[in-house]
This record gives sequence, structure tokens and C-alpha cells, in this order.
Amino acid sequence: MMNIATKTALTGCLLALAACAQPAPPVAPPVVDPYSNVGGGAVFQGNLNGGTLGSQATAQYFQGTVGDTVLFPVDQTTLTPDARTILARQAEWLSQNGNFTAVVQGHAEETGTREYNLALGARRASAVQEYLVAQGVAPGRIRTLSFGKERPAETCSDEGCYAKNRRAVTVVNDTGAGA
Amino acid sequence: MFRKLILAPALLMALSVSTGVIGTAAQAQDTPLRIEITDGVIEPMAIAIPSFHGSADMAAKVRGVVADDLTGTGLFREIPAESHVATPASFAEAVSYEDWRAIDAQAMVSAEVTQNGDNISVRFRLYDVVSGQPLGDGMQFDARAADWRRAAHKIADQVYVRLTGEKPYFDSRVAFVQETGPKNARIKRIGVMDYDGANILWMTDSSSLVLAPKFSADGRKLLYTSYDSGFPQIQLMDVATVTSRPLTIDQGSMAFAPSFSPDGRWVAYSHENGGNTDIWLMDVATGAQRPLTTAPSIETSPSFSPDGKRIVFESDRSGTPQLYIMPIEGGEPTRISFADGRYGAPVWSPKGDMIAFTKQLGSTFHIGVMRTDGSSEKMLTQSFLDEGPTWAPNGRVVMFTRVTPGGNGQPRLHSVDITGRNMRPMNLDFAASDPSWGPLMP
Repeated sequence: MMNIATKTALTGCLLALAACAQPAPPVAPPVVDPYSNVGGGAVFQGNLNGGTLGSQATAQYFQGTVGDTVLFPVDQTTLTPDARTILARQAEWLSQNGNFTAVVQGHAEETGTREYNLALGARRASAVQEYLVAQGVAPGRIRTLSFGKERPAETCSDEGCYAKNRRAVTVVNDTGAGA
Repeated sequence: MFRKLILAPALLMALSVSTGVIGTAAQAQDTPLRIEITDGVIEPMAIAIPSFHGSADMAAKVRGVVADDLTGTGLFREIPAESHVATPASFAEAVSYEDWRAIDAQAMVSAEVTQNGDNISVRFRLYDVVSGQPLGDGMQFDARAADWRRAAHKIADQVYVRLTGEKPYFDSRVAFVQETGPKNARIKRIGVMDYDGANILWMTDSSSLVLAPKFSADGRKLLYTSYDSGFPQIQLMDVATVTSRPLTIDQGSMAFAPSFSPDGRWVAYSHENGGNTDIWLMDVATGAQRPLTTAPSIETSPSFSPDGKRIVFESDRSGTPQLYIMPIEGGEPTRISFADGRYGAPVWSPKGDMIAFTKQLGSTFHIGVMRTDGSSEKMLTQSFLDEGPTWAPNGRVVMFTRVTPGGNGQPRLHSVDITGRNMRPMNLDFAASDPSWGPLMP
């Protein structure tokens, strides 16, 4: 067989970058869904001024407060005004937290072939990367990949779920390199 | 871990088991017994498969697989043993055609299975009951007892070939992806099974997300996409030893949707860079890679023609995903799909005359086939989500993935005749996707 044992730990981390980059905090933060406006397009309703400066330098803060996810219209890879607003905040956060790198994960809804959706997710991730770079983030700090339709955020088979699955998620990772 | 299934080319030893009526029997008939596979509604041929003689337990198991293979095609109807008039006492006994005609059998299979320790020997004959003659030569198959299912598939293949005029396909294997776990955190691993779902071998563990295995034409290699490195890249596996190596290692880009050329020398695949996906070609021996397309659109799902000269693939350069054919050297592709809908995952048929594909039309998915010039388009299936067709080695049957909707939705493997008849789920007790049908085994 393959050298399974040696691969398992590494692969587990890479498949769940956020989880591995950040050891679980002793007390879980309250779960806040910043995209609670279901069906009306993604409107960010998170708290823009939450927390102290110190606690902002965490993947948790990036995910929950800055907003790690942007959504796309059906079969589209262009960034909506809402998406650009979120990405501007992501770029600002990345500029302030230079010790973090980012992996942008592109996703697609389940309709469509596996291969086409992989390519579509890659386009979405790349659109996010290009926007962040245009906002001043160094290209070398951002990598992209696509999960196609392999990792839906929501599992139902109607537009309410599909709208949340057509997304790009920015996962930040503390390199420990210092700001 | 991996049991060697193939007993070298000597598994199949064909010889005539008696003299006299062998050889010219079929030709002697005015109209040989033949079931024509057409697009129209067909009446399955009535076939009798009385108990096989010899070592009772093994004979019963072999007979069961032969019957399942034949009736599973939808082309044959087995006459139940209770209705049989004749009860032959031995394999050598003269056939009482009258008794088989009395129950309206059109064909009859007689066989003897002899087990000798770890080895079995199977002899069989096929009889044309209507004209009262043997149909083709008697044959003998010697195999390890562990390979008894293969021996049964070989017999069924012989019967199928003689009665349909088509090429055989029962003695073949299928690579696939098993899916477990919730829909938003699916665990996937690659398996290889007999075409009928038996003898499953697991080829990867479940530590990495893996997608879409593809057999080489000789069945000895598998290509697949793995997130083992954290990013999708292509792996090349040797099936016999179950060892893999990365075929592509390209930091900062993705590689997926690989497919072998028929001679195994080339791999065509999707190469992503900066968000754009093109078709690339790799020389497996040297690892040298080059792009075959350089368009800003999505190009994916390449599949070679059987002569290795052309590649069919999916591209959205027109605005929606459509099917195109280009020479293996690259160059201007020719679009072949023009009807309504979105086309993807094309696969060239073993005969070379057809393309099977996935088509999305409105909110439904279809598996379809068309000729290589895009004509004679025909839908074989329809559901919430059907995708990823793969051809049986004889080009008569297509296997694909059918996904049920909803949070508890599951993928299941199904097969369908290219006439659109005989749609059936594979007999597996787990969810599975991405089938790749390997070659007929030697």
C-alpha cells in the first residue's frame, strides 16, 4: 500500500487549512453567520468594529468578522459589488497582518459536471486573488485552488443552498513570520 | 493486500471437447440463431441453463454467474429450472432438442465444472435449440478456483458473442470512487471491482480527496486526481502493485481530469493556471508537458479516439459548455454539439464511431450519445443529476453516476444499453461515483 501513515496528518491539515492553522480555542466564540440575508443576495451584516486590535490578528477574526466568503451568481466568475466590499476588507486585513498568507478556495454548486465545476471554482478563486492583489496584497501571499462541487457549504438541492455554494473562501494561515 | 486476479494469458485455454460436430455447425444453418440488438423493442431470447455438471458447489456458483451475466443484459430470459422437461445426467449426454423445444427454449447452455484442489476446469457447449445443432465449438477454461467468477464470465461472454454477434464484455473490471460521510465533508476512496460489482479491491485509503479514476487501455494503470498535496494534482497508479506516484507536481496551479491515450504513451488533462483551464498533453515517459489549447475559456474532460489521433473535450469558448474535437497535436478544434443545453464529460466509444456525454438541459441531466460528427444525438437517461459516462469494452453499454437530490442525496452507479434500454443500478451496497470501465481481460 501507499505510505498512508506519513501522509495522513499532512493531508488532514491541508484539507482543512483553517482548522490546522489555528488550534481550537479553549472557549468557542459565538457563532455568527454574517450572511443571514438568505435569498436576497449576500449582504454582510457582521460587526465591522468588533474586538480589540490584538484579537483581530487571528484567523477566527478574519473568518467571523472580516468575512472570508464571497458569493457568485449562477455560472459567473465576476465579482459583485457585495463581493468587492468584502474583498476590500480582506485586503485591508491582510495588509495589516503581514504574517498571514492566504489560500483562496473556489467552489461551485452541484449542478454541472465534476470537471467543469473544478475549472469554474478555479476561475472564482483566481478572481478573488486578482482583486486582493489589485488592492495591494503581495501576489506571493495568496494561493488558489478549487474544490469544484466537492465541498458544498449547504447540502440541499435548491437555489437557496446553491447560492451559498457558488463561493470563494479565503482561508488565512499564520506563518509566524512576524508582521 | 492486493490479490492477483489475472493468471497470465494461460487462464483461457480454448479447445474443442468433442469432434465431429465442431467447427462447421454454425455455418451449416441457413439462419444462425441470433438476437439482433436494435433500437426497437425486443423480445428477450429464451435461454435454458440447466444445472452444470461436475463438482456440485462450484458448478452451482459458476452457473449462477453465467445466468446473471446473460439475463443482466436484458437480451436474454432464463427459463426457470422447474419448467425444464429434460434432466441431462451428464455433460456428454446427447441433447434431447425436443425436450428443450417443448419449453420454448431457443438456446441451451450445458457445462461441466470440475474442481481439483485450487484449480477448476470448466467445459461448456452452446446449443441452438431451434435448429437442433451445437452453436460454435465446445470450449474449456482452466483457472484457479479463486478465479471462478472470471471463468463464469468467460463462458457468458462466449454465449453473448455467439448469440448477439457483438464483442464480449463480462470479463472486465471497473474503477470507481466510493463515497461515505456527509455531503459537505464527503470521504472518497478509489476501488476496482468486477463489472458486476464483485471482488472489490480498495486502491487508495480515505486520507485524501480523490476524483475520477481512469483506466489505461491495457487495464494496468490508473490515472486519478488527488488532493494529497493539498492541491489537486494527477496521480499515476500501477494497479497490480497498488503503488502511486504524482504525475504532475506544479505548485501554484491545478491539474485534473486526466485521460490516457490508447497506447498509454500520452496523458491529456486539464491544466489550470491563473484561473484559466486548458487541455495539456504529457509524455508519460519523460514528463514533458505542453498545452494543446490556449484559450481564455474553460477546456476540460479530454478523451482520446481509439486510434489515438484525436481528442474530444469540453469547452465553454462559445459561452456555454459544448463538445469539440481536435487533433492530438492541438490546433483548431471542431465543434460537434449544437442542440440546446450544456454538454460535458465526453468519452469516445471503443468502436470509434460514437461519443457519450453528459448533458444538462434546464434542470435535468442526461447521459447521451452522438456520432463523432455530432449527428444522431440521442438521450439514454434523464434524472436530477446523471453524469460521467464510461463505455463497456464492446461499446454496447454505458455506466454512469446518478445522484439523488437533497441533503441526504447519494451517488449510485448505473448502467444502460446504448439503445436506452435496460437501465439498472449497479448491485453495490454503498454510494459510488466516477466509474471507469477497463478493458476485456485476456
